[in-house]
Amino acid sequence: MLCQLCQKREATIEFTEIINDEVIQLHLCEQCAHEKGIEMEQHFSIADLLAGMGDLTEGAQTKEAAAKCPACGMTWYDFGKIGRLGCGECYKAFSQNLLPLLKRIHGSTRHTGKAKAGTADATTKKSELQELRQKLQRAIEAEEFEEAAKIRDKIRQIEKK
Amino acid sequence: MRFDDLWTQTGEWLKGIGPNSDIVMSSRIRLARNFAKYPFPHWAKPAQLEGVLSDFEKAYKEINYFNSALYLRMKELSGTDKQMLLERHLISREHITNPEYKSVLIGDREIISIMVNEEDHLRIQVLQSGFNIQDTWKLTNKIDDEIDKRLDYAYSADLGYYTCCPTNVGTGLRASCMVHLPCLVMTKQINQLLNAITKMGLTARGFFGEGTEASGNFFQISNQVTLGHSEEEIIDNLERIIRQVIDYENAARKSLLANQRQLLEDKISRAVGTLKSAHLMTSEEALVLLSEVRLGIDLGMIKDIDINMLNELIIQIQPAHLQKLEGKHLSAEERDVKRAELIQSKLVR
Repeated sequence: MLCQLCQKREATIEFTEIINDEVIQLHLCEQCAHEKGIEMEQHFSIADLLAGMGDLTEGAQTKEAAAKCPACGMTWYDFGKIGRLGCGECYKAFSQNLLPLLKRIHGSTRHTGKAKAGTADATTKKSELQELRQKLQRAIEAEEFEEAAKIRDKIRQIEKK
Repeated sequence: MRFDDLWTQTGEWLKGIGPNSDIVMSSRIRLARNFAKYPFPHWAKPAQLEGVLSDFEKAYKEINYFNSALYLRMKELSGTDKQMLLERHLISREHITNPEYKSVLIGDREIISIMVNEEDHLRIQVLQSGFNIQDTWKLTNKIDDEIDKRLDYAYSADLGYYTCCPTNVGTGLRASCMVHLPCLVMTKQINQLLNAITKMGLTARGFFGEGTEASGNFFQISNQVTLGHSEEEIIDNLERIIRQVIDYENAARKSLLANQRQLLEDKISRAVGTLKSAHLMTSEEALVLLSEVRLGIDLGMIKDIDINMLNELIIQIQPAHLQKLEGKHLSAEERDVKRAELIQSKLVR
């Protein structure tokens, strides 16, 4: 059988493509299949994937999809189409839908890294906690339980602040 | 620095120096940052994009790191010049499309580059030679602090630095190493390794970053996740895994040397031979052959080729660099001829 695209070379690869729920089967030679493959990559984007992960129901009519960022005007529906947010405030406006998505992407919904200037309190608290937790670990390993209990109480105190 | 200086100098990351530079060609950190007062670039109006540019221009001029830096508005550059910046790993592919309202700031040794109005308002990149990811992060962090003092970043304590794409939120950090793994490829262990890497929260890309295939046995390995881990944890994780990758590649090299030395020598000699005598050379073929020569240098089989020159050649054979050298537009066929000539002129003494 000849390749259905170039009609020149022998077809060696069976290629299945799904376009609008319609399954199309093609018999291609290696070269055409390779070219098809490259084409396919171009259609694919992170935006598409994200949109799929966002549990976005079809159509813009649902209440969820119509949720709008007050700062930049982007709707959750827009995000579903583009896979990109409109501004920093979008993270707050769509937090209900976005947090589960972040959880799926990153396995977490909490920043533990660098803090921006002017929010230094947050960093000191964080590094203090980190240090205390290490101390606690060491105390437990050394079986100094009295010391460990003290450190644990300190950690609780800071966490409450 | 002037634009033409770029063309005549060797980027710091190509110098082939630094720890483990035989296997780790370069270490790179990228931070995504946005300003609180403007929407993200794709959603912003022209006046807002201009605002981002002028705010940044005002800020960077006060920062010592950028005293002799080169600042370029993308729309003022020719197609070849833009392509050349891409080939030098100073900008991304995305930065070339729709050059309006986009700019790039390049430090004098090409270690630091900052893209403005790419996917995020700022993409801060630090790129260094060798396995140097900790130092690279320290420098990036300092630059970030300097900008942070002057411009209000979009940030919250809960989610960290807000980014246009939710896959970058949190630290906004992508740490990566460009590794050269010819013997893991030859011994067919590479796919297994890349699979394992994916399971450790890392990802592998090709020589020119996102959306490019691995070529010439070069792989760019980077973290995937940006939220929930601190910068230090992300970098530490990458560093530990790269260290193991280095060990695996070294083991594969040793094993090939012990068991299949002739095969290895044959492959490397053939690569040198082809590079020295070919009249037509595509950039794909050249990259594969240069990769094999690089291995030959690392293994001490080739002694008369300088690694620095070889690294430079990898960039100089790229389309825009060739055209810049010739001073005119070249068709793909003409480039293949010029590329073969250039390689010969460097290798045949």
